Amino acid sequence: MLEDRHIFSVLVENRFGVLARIAGLFSGRGYNIDSLNVAETDHPEISHMTIVTHGDAQIIEQIYKHLNKLIDVIKVTDLTTENHVERELVLIKMNASPNRRGEILQIVEIFRARTVDVSPATLTIEITGDEGKLKAVIDMLRPYGIQELVRTGKIAIMRGAAK
Amino acid sequence: MEPMRGANLLIESLKREGVEYIFGLNGGAAMPIFDALYDAPDIKLIPMRHEQGAAHAADGYARATGVVGVVLATSGPGATNLVTGIATAFMDSIPMVAITGQVFTHLMGNDAFQECDIIGVTRPICKHSFLIKTSDEVADIVAEAFHIASTGRPGPVVVDFAKDAQISESIFRFPESVNIRGYKPSVDGHPRQIAKAVELIHNAKRPIIYAGGGVVLSEAAKELREFAIKTGIPITVTLMGLGAFPETHPLSMEMPGMHGSCCANYAFTDSDLIVAVGARFDDRVTGELKKFAPKANKVHIDIDPSCIGKNVAIDVPIVGDAKRVLAKMNELVHHVDIEPWRRQTDEWKEKYPFEYHQRGDKIMPQYVIQQIYEIYPDAVIVGDVGQHQMWAAQYFKFTQSRQWLNSGGLGTMGFSLPAAIGAQLGCPDKTIVNINGDGSYIMTIQELVPAVTLKLPLKIFIINNMYLGMVRQWQELFHQKRYSAVDYHDNPDFALLAQAFGATGLRVERIEDVRPALEKAKHINEGPVVIDFIVDEDENVFPMVPAGAGLGDVIRGLA
Repeated sequence: MLEDRHIFSVLVENRFGVLARIAGLFSGRGYNIDSLNVAETDHPEISHMTIVTHGDAQIIEQIYKHLNKLIDVIKVTDLTTENHVERELVLIKMNASPNRRGEILQIVEIFRARTVDVSPATLTIEITGDEGKLKAVIDMLRPYGIQELVRTGKIAIMRGAAK
Repeated sequence: MEPMRGANLLIESLKREGVEYIFGLNGGAAMPIFDALYDAPDIKLIPMRHEQGAAHAADGYARATGVVGVVLATSGPGATNLVTGIATAFMDSIPMVAITGQVFTHLMGNDAFQECDIIGVTRPICKHSFLIKTSDEVADIVAEAFHIASTGRPGPVVVDFAKDAQISESIFRFPESVNIRGYKPSVDGHPRQIAKAVELIHNAKRPIIYAGGGVVLSEAAKELREFAIKTGIPITVTLMGLGAFPETHPLSMEMPGMHGSCCANYAFTDSDLIVAVGARFDDRVTGELKKFAPKANKVHIDIDPSCIGKNVAIDVPIVGDAKRVLAKMNELVHHVDIEPWRRQTDEWKEKYPFEYHQRGDKIMPQYVIQQIYEIYPDAVIVGDVGQHQMWAAQYFKFTQSRQWLNSGGLGTMGFSLPAAIGAQLGCPDKTIVNINGDGSYIMTIQELVPAVTLKLPLKIFIINNMYLGMVRQWQELFHQKRYSAVDYHDNPDFALLAQAFGATGLRVERIEDVRPALEKAKHINEGPVVIDFIVDEDENVFPMVPAGAGLGDVIRGLA
């Protein structure tokens, strides 16, 4: 069956153990989490999770239903089926000897990334964007030598007025 | 109001929930709770001999009555001993609250003596869990735990109670209502879905009703009976639902599945419409999914949306409580004209009844079940797991909801004796018959102690074939008769052992003694009676749908 990537936006009670329940839902059924992002919302007692996962239609339906079934889960939205904006932030530490630094900074400029740290041999870049943009910039930077790369995992939000 | 200790707040909260019995075992991290129970005559503490037994007893109480069962154990090993009992209740959606003591909060995570992260251990096998870290939280958490355990799709809830919270003091304030924003089960089926289902029903030529344990849990037996009789659709009831529709009724096709009736299995395979109510298309019912009911539209009524479409694609899903949805459907349905189909199901039923052949002068296990049925037709039957369980399901004709209690989902051997204790306490006026196997009986045999102490008039009938019979059957059929680790001839004499426990113990080895022994047991009511029926060792359970086969390929029996 066709496997699709899905982005679930999940509002949960901000309590200990909630993350373990959600992780257990996936691990206990052999489903995979591609990325997971958790943080407080503007209500301190509610947290927001963005879960990126993949599977065929039947698996995605089960994930949706089982997320809803958890007592600590308040609301689940499958953003893939909605008009939404998604972003991810990546920090990339580059090998950047003084003679290559100029070229790297040009790429940074073109992609509207930012330099957040510099040392004699390295340059650390911050970039935000959707999947396509991040892939493009990483592909461009790779030949110069990526020392370390960390990403936040996707966060996403529905466009327009709340339904 | 004066502040009181967390342990006393727990007891006060349990009283508000109407708790009648707590099944438990004392231990270090639960001592303040047991101490508080010492002054609480309204709640009867039933001291079991092993925490697993305590959990099964609470579970049996819940199954027999529909009321939340409560089990109490200490931290660490006390808590881990509950695990099998909690998983058993979870798989069969039984409302239960399991309370465990926990070490002091400042010691948690430090590998303290008798410490175990029981919340972590039980996370995948309970409906929800709570950790009480301060006495302020006790009343709210107890109220939420009981609400979650008993509503929606019921299930066990674990409440882990740190010892410092048991000792510290707070004012008792019990919430008047519970409102959990992430937990709002849908109970009324969607009217448009119900209308669609009714239309399918009215147009079907070969429909069947497939009902399960959800009917028992939602107390929908009356509505189910009305639905079947009003429409005239033949019905099969699963192992978990036995009794929800009387098996003595002409519409009954009896149990489906691996060891179910040929009639029910053929009907699934040929049907053009399946109306599933509170059943979950379990692998033991469907057989090979690719061959399951290929021609049928499927309507599925279930309170748990995640159950719908899990194994089998559903045409009309209806999320709701079985009782409410069936009541609504009963207003809309009329009799369906399916005369040729009814003739067909009746023919199967007549042609392929459950049957066995007498072997020499051996006591056949099925014969014992038939005699139990004749002598105790209205008893609550508590079955264990194995061949005897299937024979009981096949040969006892269940007519009432909650008449058959067994561990269907997890298949927990050792469940039945402690569950029978809980059932008897919950239903003091009913006769409780425990049909057990020799392998399962000895797994929790220690619970005969509280049964004797409490003078419970349990009828404990062991179908003793000196083997782990169901495994032996599979070895015979699928493992070239290589009987690895199934020979139980070294078991003790269960009659003598019963006497050592202070119960009445009888051993029956001849056919002609079966009925007199069962009759005699009827009149022994000052405590439990154990009858060890020494039955034919070689008998197998048939019919049988082998693993990987479709229901249409059922083996009716060996020549």
